[in-house]
Amino acid sequence: MNRRVVITGLGVCAPNGVGLPDFTQSLIDGKSGIRHQPILEKLGFGCQIAGEPLVKDNLIDTYFTPLERRGLNATGIVYGVIAGVDAWNDAGLEKNNTEEPSWDRGILFGTGILGVDKFREAIHLIDEGNVRRLGSTSVIQTMASGISAYLGGLLGCGNQVTTNSAACTTGTEGIIMAYDRISQGKAEIILTGSCSDSGPYVWGGFDAMRILPRAYNSSPFKASRPMSASASGFIPGSGAGALVLESLESAQKRGAHIYAEVLGGEINSGGQIGEGSMTAPNSMAVQRCIRNALSNSGVEASQVDVINGHLTATAKDTLEVKNWSKALGRKGLDFPYINSFKSSIGHCLAAAGSIECVATILQFKEKVVFKNMNCEDIHPEIKELISEQCIPRKTLDYTPQIIAKASFGFGDVNACVLFKYFSD
Amino acid sequence: MQEEEKYQILKDIINIYLPEDVNIADIQEDSHFMNNLNINSANLVDIILDVEDAFDIRLENDDMDQMQTVNDAMAIIDIKLKDK
Repeated sequence: MNRRVVITGLGVCAPNGVGLPDFTQSLIDGKSGIRHQPILEKLGFGCQIAGEPLVKDNLIDTYFTPLERRGLNATGIVYGVIAGVDAWNDAGLEKNNTEEPSWDRGILFGTGILGVDKFREAIHLIDEGNVRRLGSTSVIQTMASGISAYLGGLLGCGNQVTTNSAACTTGTEGIIMAYDRISQGKAEIILTGSCSDSGPYVWGGFDAMRILPRAYNSSPFKASRPMSASASGFIPGSGAGALVLESLESAQKRGAHIYAEVLGGEINSGGQIGEGSMTAPNSMAVQRCIRNALSNSGVEASQVDVINGHLTATAKDTLEVKNWSKALGRKGLDFPYINSFKSSIGHCLAAAGSIECVATILQFKEKVVFKNMNCEDIHPEIKELISEQCIPRKTLDYTPQIIAKASFGFGDVNACVLFKYFSD
Repeated sequence: MQEEEKYQILKDIINIYLPEDVNIADIQEDSHFMNNLNINSANLVDIILDVEDAFDIRLENDDMDQMQTVNDAMAIIDIKLKDK
């Protein structure tokens, strides 16, 4: 069985926009969601800026009952529920109000670590000998699958309800896993996405690794510089992205709006062998991932006209562009348009893949290629590989036909997915 | 503290945990938390913590096991307040 799979719903809770309209406008304009974080300054972080979604209290009230809000201290769940429920509604789907689970609808919603602030609360109580005061929601807010469990209950899904975790690859991996399951006929509709908590306890480890920029604390908008000669590290972020994947058959039967088709993808690992390590990618595996994604999707390298890279704004950006160029066998002016949204969103870690895939898909709808920010000084080694014209510095009026999106993560893990403009 | 006042505080606490199909007016003195008010057992834990906070008392495991109805809760609160 090899059924066609399409995207019928999108939702997002991102540093540069909560909800599709704000998020889309920010991407068109290049509006940044990276801001100074007083708490990081107070705690003496080297990098005191981050991308955090601005979620108003009254917005939370529309997604959570007063009971659910009591003791809720897991930002990842807040972001994931907002993005997930929005995507579900955007697809024209409703909550299951019947007495029977929706057997052909599932949730595949990833995260890296969930409910860190709630966990901290629990640790303090336990260390004080006060475990009895934890309350009933400590487990459900801190288990990794808390987010898929939450969404599964809200929507009454009866198919697989699970959480994947593959560091910064998580969101893109989830889309490929959902695609596989629907394509094989095991589900009709899967809400897929990923979320990542905010705050010092999530971001601190990266600051300690000294891989975050420290020179931009008073100029946050300039800090994240993918593909630029002055790139000096990624800016951590948080949030959630969500997509409804659906069999073409089911989408057409419902008369649903179709954003794009998922052609297929590939997930692999470099085995932390050769140049690959816990924190660095093995180019052999990256190129293989891209090439296999193409062949699994029945797409020729020449057909790809836009790439959304992982491109975190580190010294590895050049290597990534080189890997794309080798995998596709394309260089100079022949290279596709390429962009990175991390310049304005930051690197949302486990949520990066899903938020960036939502942005990637919006390019089909808006008939544009969103611009790259902060790379007026393109890295000279990137310029040797591809033409500057392939790196839009202004949002382009251009209708993409086939977009390749890749995410790479700690543990030397890779995922690449191919999306196609949908026409009947 | 008057009985009426205590009862009102307790009702306000319980109200938060009522499922959609149960109304605050359904809370009677002999209501069983789980059987009559449909409160799930996980939330019963939270009600006990809220009662501790509201009355500045501490409920032990035995107290919790005995707290099955609104009346049980009132009685336990009374005892704990007297012991303070």
